Amino acid sequence: MAAPAATAKDSHPSRSSHYVNDALYRQLIADFTGWQDDARAVCDPVVRDQFRRLLEREARLLDQLRYEDWLAMYAAECIYWVPSTPNAGDPRREISVMFDDRRRLEDRVYRLRTGFAWSQAPASRTVRLVSNVEVFAADRDDVRMLRSNFLISEFWGDETRILTGWAGHRVLREGDGWTIKAKQVNLIDCDQSIRNPSIIL
Amino acid sequence: MTALERISAPQNRIDGTALYDWDYLVQEGRAHRLIYTDPAIFEAEMTRIFGGTWTYLAHESEIPNDNDFITRRLGLRPLIVVRDGNGKVRALYNRCTHRGTTLCRWDKGNAKSFQCPYHGWNFLNTGKLRGVPWPDGYGDDMRDPKYNLAQVPRVESYRGFIFGTLNLDALPLVEHLGPIAPIIDQWLDRNPGGKVVVCEANRFLFKGNWKLAYDNSCDGYHVAYSHRSLLETENRFAGENAKGMAYYRNSPDTQPMYMRYTGHGNHFKDKRPNLEQRPGGLWALESAHPGMEHYEAEFIRRYGERAFSLLDLAGSEPVNINVFPNFSLLGNHIQVFEPISVGETNAIWYGTMIVDDGSVPSDAVTDINALRMRTQEGFPNFGEVDDIANFEQIQRGLMAVEDEWVYMHRGLGIPGRIKHNSDGTIDAPATDEAFMREHFKEWKRLMKGPHNLAITREA
Ligand code: FES
Ligand SMILES: [Fe+2]
Repeated sequence: MAAPAATAKDSHPSRSSHYVNDALYRQLIADFTGWQDDARAVCDPVVRDQFRRLLEREARLLDQLRYEDWLAMYAAECIYWVPSTPNAGDPRREISVMFDDRRRLEDRVYRLRTGFAWSQAPASRTVRLVSNVEVFAADRDDVRMLRSNFLISEFWGDETRILTGWAGHRVLREGDGWTIKAKQVNLIDCDQSIRNPSIIL
Repeated sequence: MTALERISAPQNRIDGTALYDWDYLVQEGRAHRLIYTDPAIFEAEMTRIFGGTWTYLAHESEIPNDNDFITRRLGLRPLIVVRDGNGKVRALYNRCTHRGTTLCRWDKGNAKSFQCPYHGWNFLNTGKLRGVPWPDGYGDDMRDPKYNLAQVPRVESYRGFIFGTLNLDALPLVEHLGPIAPIIDQWLDRNPGGKVVVCEANRFLFKGNWKLAYDNSCDGYHVAYSHRSLLETENRFAGENAKGMAYYRNSPDTQPMYMRYTGHGNHFKDKRPNLEQRPGGLWALESAHPGMEHYEAEFIRRYGERAFSLLDLAGSEPVNINVFPNFSLLGNHIQVFEPISVGETNAIWYGTMIVDDGSVPSDAVTDINALRMRTQEGFPNFGEVDDIANFEQIQRGLMAVEDEWVYMHRGLGIPGRIKHNSDGTIDAPATDEAFMREHFKEWKRLMKGPHNLAITREA
């Protein structure tokens, strides 16, 4: 069975997923292991503030449901990963709460916009607090690792509930700015039953 | 040797439901709202259903080695499901016999004994009391079996699925499963070695009664509308080649899929006849998941024509195999419902992966599992969230006291629509509520009792 000749549009990560392969999984696990190393902490307050602004902007865009602008903060070949175990095991052998490549992130946004996503009709109202931002140098000069704590208050139906934990961002320098290559969201109760986990974290 | 302790409740006890007329509350085509909202009925269910019949507890792959344990519940009873030092699987009550503390607060682990965090009583993982601090302070014989941990008296496994019941008169598990056992076999046997291993879960809490989830387990009527956002999303680039559950979109009752009731509250939705019957037929239906184009190309390069039967192992098997009251095999998941209160339930979707038994190229196993993790995340993320939103809103709707009935009569009274097979099973079109009418007959039988319930302790 021969595959039809791919067009440039068909091969874009929004349309087909070639970059999620064994090498990516191994690299992802390595990138998110042992990176919170005091010896690699970047203490320059100007640098920290620059990344704090990046994380605060991400939180604001999600709170405002500005999904296109939010997606634009991510590299074309990105990973959004919410592990289902506190120590984030091997996603090749563990179901994740969420594990998206570019296309599935766009699926997530598309679904929320159909008008028939009953878990988000009406959409939750959220406010995200992001704090304790720390910046770490990485294996490459053009990469930084960010750690931040988050607290999402989510109002839906007739109640407000809390989603909380810490996130790791792997960001890559692109031109003057930084683009998000991978985000790992560690909910403190990731291995417990979660009420209506239908927003983007 | 074990000692049995009969449980006099519930049929001899005047509980909150003593005067309920079960035949009024559940009628042929409708059920009363109270069965979903009444705390007294819920309390009775926690003994008569979750106790009175076989309830799924755990999968053997979660406790593969001697002394492995996992904490679970049978209804509201906290349990330690353990493989003891002799390899015997037991369901110990996670309740200290002294003053009632839970002994073990970990989700899983390996332990030969459990020491109570309160006063330090120490129990072997057979349930036997090993010792207590300063025993000379007790005037009686602390070796009396009444101080050993309570256990579920009947724990049986069907091909790795561990069930338990307190009912001494329950049929052996395999007979209880009856015609659904060979269907479970088919679900297992498509995997190498006829085995799967549990690998974490997507876990949901919803504020609704547990039966709302079981009532949905074989429901082919809701798919096109409840899951419209999913169907639209997974088909946004599909063109002619409809993906996922698209076969529900137009007149699902004219599709070759069907539902089958197999007795004891168990039922089966078979969507496999909708597939092209060829290697890769299942894979062709999979919607977009991370890595699928890479692995498909890589498999074709490595394995030639065999690639497609290997990719099928990462595809979601289109069945719902439901064992009353709390177990469902669907896609590649083991789904379990855990009641918490009359209006609160956990719905847990355990993922499964395949094992290397030599029948599949070893380097393919890791890759199939990597794909299989991603395909399994699809429905919980984009489908189940909408189901539980609707379950919660049913619970809310049922707070309207005067509007008493929910209807489950779809397919009822239409000549020739429902087929009674010679083996006692019942077939109906995919959107019929026949499955629900039938499992409520079992629910009613169990709620009426009487039951011969007991716990056991090591002698
Ligand atoms: S309650 Fe367990 S030792 Fe006292
Ligand atoms: Fe559903």
